[in-house]
Amino acid sequence: MILHTEQLGKTFSSGDRELSVLSAISFDVKQGSSVSIVGPSGSGKTTLLGLCAGLDRPTQGRIVLNGQDLGTLSEEGLARLRNQHVGFVFQSFQLIPTLTAIENVMVPGELHGATDIGTRAADFLQKVGLGDRFDHYPTQLSGGEQQRVALARAFINRPLILFADEPTGNLDAETSEKVEELLFDLNRENGTTLVLVTHNLDLAAKTERIISLKAGRIVADSPTHSVLGSPA
Amino acid sequence: MFAWTLRMAWRDSRHSRRRLFLYLSSIIMGVAALVSVRSFGNSLLEAVDEQAKVLLGADLSIRSRTPFDDDDESLLLEIGGNQSRQTSFSSMAYFPDQNGTRLVQVRALEGGFPYYGNLETVPPEAARSFREGPFALVDNTLMLQFQAQVGDPVKLGSYTFRIAGRLSRIPGESVAFSEFAPRIYIPFSFLDETGLIQVGSRVRYTAFIQFEPGYDTENLVEEIEPRLKELELSSDTVQERREGFQRELSNLNNFLSLVGFVALILGGIGVASSIHLYVRQRVETIAILRCIGASPLQSLGIYLVQASIMGLTGSLAGTALGLLVQRLIPAVLAGLIPLEVENSISWDAVAEGLLVGLGAALLFAAIPLLPVRRISPLLALRREYESTGKRSWDYLVLAAYMALGAALLVFSLLHAPTWMVGIGFFGALLLVFGSLFAVAKLAMTLIRRHFPSSWRYEWRQGLANLYRPHNQTIVLMLAVGLGTFFIVTLYLTQQSLLREVELVGSEGRPNLVFFDVQTDQRQGIVDLLQAKGLPIIQDVPIVTMRIKSIGGRAVEELKEDPEYGGARWALSREYRCTYRGQLDATETVIAGNFEGSFVEGSVPVSVEEGIAERLNLAIGDQLEFDVQGVPVEALVGSIRTVAWRSFQPNFFIVFPTGILEEAPQFAVLVTRTDSASDSAMIQRDVITGYPNVSAIDLSMVVQTVESILDRLTFVIRFMALFSIVTGLVVLTGAIVSGRYQRMKESVLLRTLGASRTQIRRIFFIEYFFLGALAASTGILLSLVGSWALTRFVFESQFVLEPIVTLGVLLGVVALTIGIGFANSRGILDQPPLAVLRAEE
Ligand SMILES: Nc1ncnc2c1ncn2[C@@H]1O[C@H](COP(=O)(O)OP(=O)(O)OP(=O)(O)O)[C@@H](O)[C@H]1O
Ligand SMILES: [Mg+2]
Repeated sequence: MILHTEQLGKTFSSGDRELSVLSAISFDVKQGSSVSIVGPSGSGKTTLLGLCAGLDRPTQGRIVLNGQDLGTLSEEGLARLRNQHVGFVFQSFQLIPTLTAIENVMVPGELHGATDIGTRAADFLQKVGLGDRFDHYPTQLSGGEQQRVALARAFINRPLILFADEPTGNLDAETSEKVEELLFDLNRENGTTLVLVTHNLDLAAKTERIISLKAGRIVADSPTHSVLGSPA
Repeated sequence: MFAWTLRMAWRDSRHSRRRLFLYLSSIIMGVAALVSVRSFGNSLLEAVDEQAKVLLGADLSIRSRTPFDDDDESLLLEIGGNQSRQTSFSSMAYFPDQNGTRLVQVRALEGGFPYYGNLETVPPEAARSFREGPFALVDNTLMLQFQAQVGDPVKLGSYTFRIAGRLSRIPGESVAFSEFAPRIYIPFSFLDETGLIQVGSRVRYTAFIQFEPGYDTENLVEEIEPRLKELELSSDTVQERREGFQRELSNLNNFLSLVGFVALILGGIGVASSIHLYVRQRVETIAILRCIGASPLQSLGIYLVQASIMGLTGSLAGTALGLLVQRLIPAVLAGLIPLEVENSISWDAVAEGLLVGLGAALLFAAIPLLPVRRISPLLALRREYESTGKRSWDYLVLAAYMALGAALLVFSLLHAPTWMVGIGFFGALLLVFGSLFAVAKLAMTLIRRHFPSSWRYEWRQGLANLYRPHNQTIVLMLAVGLGTFFIVTLYLTQQSLLREVELVGSEGRPNLVFFDVQTDQRQGIVDLLQAKGLPIIQDVPIVTMRIKSIGGRAVEELKEDPEYGGARWALSREYRCTYRGQLDATETVIAGNFEGSFVEGSVPVSVEEGIAERLNLAIGDQLEFDVQGVPVEALVGSIRTVAWRSFQPNFFIVFPTGILEEAPQFAVLVTRTDSASDSAMIQRDVITGYPNVSAIDLSMVVQTVESILDRLTFVIRFMALFSIVTGLVVLTGAIVSGRYQRMKESVLLRTLGASRTQIRRIFFIEYFFLGALAASTGILLSLVGSWALTRFVFESQFVLEPIVTLGVLLGVVALTIGIGFANSRGILDQPPLAVLRAEE
């Protein structure tokens, strides 16, 4: 079991009002599997992803990632865990604007203290089809190209688990397709577990399992074929 | 891992180096100010060390207020070595060719003094050759005043000397103060010919002594100390001279460092504010880094490294600039320092500059940087919610503020002559910066609360810019306000001091004083003045005396008594007293009653407050005076305060009428002339008839004070310049930092249909408000500041100069608008796409 959540709850307090965004969330994700989280806007998908990746702390409940209880880790520990075992892909790419494409890809490896990081980053950039764009800055790349750099960056440390929040949300259909393809290819090659948040049911259909959220609760959690099998 | 932090710091700065350079340049001036002052100061101290002997001109000097008598001479004989004698006193000098007179200090010299160093003269050989005949060396100031030439005659008393050379420098004496009492050297052998030394003249007799190299002067002085005391002689050694100079020079040095320090603080605030904006633009980058596994400390590290490199570069540049500026300081201090300084680089000062510069940059940068630790990686997923919800206090930031405060306090204490002054300086700093800050805050709140929503669009937008997010109102306020504060405070204080001096010379006030008028000369001079139609405004008799006993105890006894609470010098000095029937307008009785006439018994005298304290006197205390051999019994009848600054004869002790009339005395006569030429004429007439009489022309005094004040304010202005330049740099830095924000806004406004003129008008209005707010706050503070300075420090009348103050206000507003526009140039020409794609 790579990811285990248990009775997760998250409440935000703004001013003196309390807003419960997630409650009673429990699920497990098997090593090497792929899961989509779907649900209407505002249902708490991004919040849940942030909790699972240790970017934020839950108000209730427990998360175990790769055998480590996130609640017991310090900020430092969480950072190390993310660096070694977690990859991220964001809707708005989130490349660091002051770094070139290759430098963006190298950063997680450098943080990890890896040595041959330059060549590895170059390999990954080749693999995502940007072999000739090493020294371009993010503003010099199109959205699709930026997301491919982000994919290379996400995989460079061969993470055990990859979190993606609307990875194709900002791309047109054609580009989306290419990026999706790349995402699943890299995932398969590296044996990475994939947790994907999306609105796009076609994309969700490509994962093995779909968790549906509504108003902060899990309303459905089943293997993909059964969801798609039922008439929508 | 540190290597990674360094590498990231380098990469991250890639697109912002120009901006970072601008930020770091705000500390350059502050560091330069410190380094130049400290480095020059150390050169100066070194010079004092090396030239200590030159400062005295001998190994030992022994001074007396009375001619050396037989006992004195036998002591001097015992002391041995090479000896040289000097007799000095004040007298009028008369330049017949130029028909001018002026009070000078005459020094009659015998022997080889100075043994170390030289009297610098033009021509150089005159320094020795004047001793061989009826020649004089005349201070350059005096030569310039009368446009006298070498070879011209100068008359002292009843003898006419030829000017052998002009004196440009006397070792150990500063040129500036020669303006108060210009000096003339004559050979001792011609002293008697002048006929100037008479009973009652204030004369100082000095013996200069040179020993063999290696002789232990300190030891000798210790040995003869009791005898010196007994004979009422005072001594001065090279060691004492050196210590005295070093003390005074380090005071000067420290004072200038404090003035320079203000520039560094302002620069630090500039750094803090730029970094604050800079970090704000990096929030997303930091969040991403945290997402992909950088720890809080690593992400903080990136920006700390940048700040350190900035601080170090700025300090290095500042140090280099400081060493260049150091070359200018001798010119700035020209005439104020008493010796030649070999300007050399002081590595201590360089180290101090680097340390203080780096420290200031880091401490000020820490405040906006520390929150970087707490930037949540969640912001990479979604940024908008971050600002909601209160965050707990960041104790590290609090600690950084305290460390900064402590560092400022320590620096102030280290560089202030006393800890009181240090705390005062620190308090004034807090007050000035705090007030500017508070006014900025207040103005922002007030504008927001009472927003003039009926105004035209451009006005509303320009005004709203003062408090919109990313505004820089506070830094701009500090930079512009502090600069204005400095300029106006310096100006107003100087003007107030000058005004007081000028009042003396104004309409109807006395402006010419004759003193040392002997009893038998008085009537003659009065007649002379009246013949010219000049009024006798005051005619003050003066009787010299010493104190014999107090409360029945002899002065000699009191001096030995360790219990005696008064000052010993006050017991043995000579008192010049007057007698009259009433108080002067400048005097106020604070205890007892002033009695104007004496009938019988003990004479009721009025004692000035300060000297009463020194002598440990109270109302009713018995006093016995020795009036030139005649004992006079007196008692303290009243204690009074005296406004010493008024330019007229003032006295420690005033006798009633009816007792001193028959005592040997001389007079001070005060009159008024309506023009400089009248004044010169009457002075000449009096001096020719009565060579021993001295005259002081108060308009001369006014000029002298003005010129010295000018020199001093020039020095302070020079140091304040560093702060003003820093203010300009910070102002520019702040405007440049806000540039991208503005560019986005202006593109947006243009897309929405605003014309360039409208946008320009918005900028104009914004800078106008900023400049006006900052300048008027600065001016308001400076009014308070200079009022307090003149009132409490200089105890003088505050003078407001409305026109100049208004001029500064307008000038500063224009400058703010100018700099604002200069840096907004090009914003309007940006095509929208360039903005959308731009980095910063
Ligand atoms: N820091 C916060 N403070 C207050 N409310 C928050 C905060 N973060 C999220 N929320 C609220 O929590 C709810 C869930 O937000 P979340 O971003 O997880 O939804 P989502 O499912 O990802 O939506 P979308 O599909 O639009 O991205 C929203 O109603 C949002 O307003
Ligand atoms: Mg979302």
